[in-house]
Amino acid sequence: MNQSFASPGTEGAASAAAARGDALVRVRNLQMYFPVTEGAFVRRVVANVKAVDDISFDIFKGETLGLVGESGCGKTTTGRCILQLEKATGGHIWFDGQDLNTLTKEQMRPLRQRIQVIFQDPYSSLNPRMKIGDIIAEPMMVHGIITDARKREARVRELLGVCGLNPRFADRYPHEMSGGQRQRVGIARALAVNPEFIICDEAVSALDVSIQAQVINLLEDLREQFRLTYLFISHDLSIVHHLCHRVAVMYLGHLVELAETEELFSNPLHPYTQALLEAVPIPDPTVERARAHKIIKGEIPSPMNPPKGCVFHPRCPIAVESCGSKVPEFLEARPGHWVACTEV
Amino acid sequence: MTALLEIRDLRTQFFTSAGVVQAVDGISYDVAPGETVAVVGESGCGKSVSAMSILRLIPNPPGKIVGGQILFDGRDLLSLSESEMRAVRGKDIGMIFQEPMTSLNPVLTIERQLTETLEQHLGTSREAGHARALELLRLVGISEPERRLKQYPHHLSGGMRQRVMIAMALACEPKLIIADEPTTALDVTIQAQILELMKDLTRQLGVAMVIITHNLGVVARYADRVNVMYAGRIVESGDAEQIYHNPKHPYTLALLRSVPRMDARRGGRLHPVVGQPPDLTKLDAGCSFRPRCKFASAQCAAAKPELVEVAPGHVTACWERDRAELAEVVG
Repeated sequence: MNQSFASPGTEGAASAAAARGDALVRVRNLQMYFPVTEGAFVRRVVANVKAVDDISFDIFKGETLGLVGESGCGKTTTGRCILQLEKATGGHIWFDGQDLNTLTKEQMRPLRQRIQVIFQDPYSSLNPRMKIGDIIAEPMMVHGIITDARKREARVRELLGVCGLNPRFADRYPHEMSGGQRQRVGIARALAVNPEFIICDEAVSALDVSIQAQVINLLEDLREQFRLTYLFISHDLSIVHHLCHRVAVMYLGHLVELAETEELFSNPLHPYTQALLEAVPIPDPTVERARAHKIIKGEIPSPMNPPKGCVFHPRCPIAVESCGSKVPEFLEARPGHWVACTEV
Repeated sequence: MTALLEIRDLRTQFFTSAGVVQAVDGISYDVAPGETVAVVGESGCGKSVSAMSILRLIPNPPGKIVGGQILFDGRDLLSLSESEMRAVRGKDIGMIFQEPMTSLNPVLTIERQLTETLEQHLGTSREAGHARALELLRLVGISEPERRLKQYPHHLSGGMRQRVMIAMALACEPKLIIADEPTTALDVTIQAQILELMKDLTRQLGVAMVIITHNLGVVARYADRVNVMYAGRIVESGDAEQIYHNPKHPYTLALLRSVPRMDARRGGRLHPVVGQPPDLTKLDAGCSFRPRCKFASAQCAAAKPELVEVAPGHVTACWERDRAELAEVVG
């Protein structure tokens, strides 16, 4: 029987959560509209960019949830809403049972320590005028974790070691390091406050493949060592397949599919997921020659003026007339495998 | 078949305050008419500089092509005057760059971008240029071409701009197209569209292509032959099957094993290449991959290995090429 995932506390979502243990993060009906304004003196809202439009999912303790999709699909905005870097225009986010919407700035501060982020660009996310040691020590000072300067210094060296960097790097500046090394500094900084949950927003996308593999292995080791939970936001499906336990696929502000990784990659149900997987080239010429390469036509529409009904229907190979008017519900097609499509 | 493009011992250096960067350190390869050759490697390995050297687009100073030959259709491009070279660029050799936003002129309409090339090289009239521009946009699959011709680059999406770049590259019916990371800035479904378009058009029109990329998947889907570059040199070269299924250079092997594969079983660990690529101003007499190589021996420190044929059309530059571990089949 299909259960709607859209409304909070429904039987389906609840039983799924019970089967998996506790959800650390619960996102329900999250909506983030950015107003588009016009006029120099009197600003009028003329439209909304519907970056995230009514999405719901859980992130369970100890898992890595992949959030994939193409540019502009809302995956980064979703991460920023969870971090409370954006004030969502609708919906709820619970972290460890607390509704983040209801918290004041002061109440939010201790939670910020438990939620950390690793950004994509290792060049712009480190202050070029700070030494590596100070960059890693800063969050500890902000959150008042280790007040003794000498102990803090020791902790910085320890963190550098954990992330595979020479402790002597504490006295260097970011420009003296390579991209891969800087990304390790970004990881060490996130770990400095002993977080439970880390949002990795395209954390390895800027790195070369040989360095990328080093950082992916590091992220996996750290998750096990410190019992971390990750939201891994990425456009690279091969890495998501390798690293994530479950995967959620976004398209134009909507979640279109969510399932265990093996299930999603071997049995994708949504036509967009199928197209996405088909488009990823596999590094093997023999495999590539045997593939059909069914390439999806068209481009992603503007989120300012998304298509009516199912947002994917103008590009969809199996769309029927009703897809142009009816927004498909996000339903559990099989145990743990959710999809938003009326035609599967 | 005689080669369309023959590169012989090409050397390009950059003279910087930190020292001489040996960006391209003696590379040689051929491209046959109609063939697609990939140059693959990581940032800073010299793959883009080698492509820019073919077109003589190396900014001087600080860069300079210090040696070698680039024979294109029987002529050595390095001996041409600047005005002769200008007649080659965009006419006999088309170019597609990574970033379609910065490689199109933002103040010219799409029509003007296309007709400018046609006027320059072929002396095409305004009316004939308009007709050809329309034809080119249709060829690269742009809908409503009449309307698009009047638009500016900022009106178009990234994928559409890259289609315009391809149309420009094809405008004068070149024999060779050099594509430097043509799909790196694009989303994966758009990347698949553009690659398919390039593949169809090069086959249909018999154009040869040199594709520069770091993406091993793109190479596997697309290329007939593959050159693997590391620290300014080609370390292995062969057809795609040889390179992917029977790599004979430790770097190629390491590269293939470090990328996660979507079709592989989950749960395994990746095998990264340890360490960092070398500083190109401080290369010594030995093999540049030696510090990161698990097969390195005393000989590797003594001298740089030359490319040696290990199978017909398959060459590798490694002293330890006969080691059993390197025979390990990938995939």
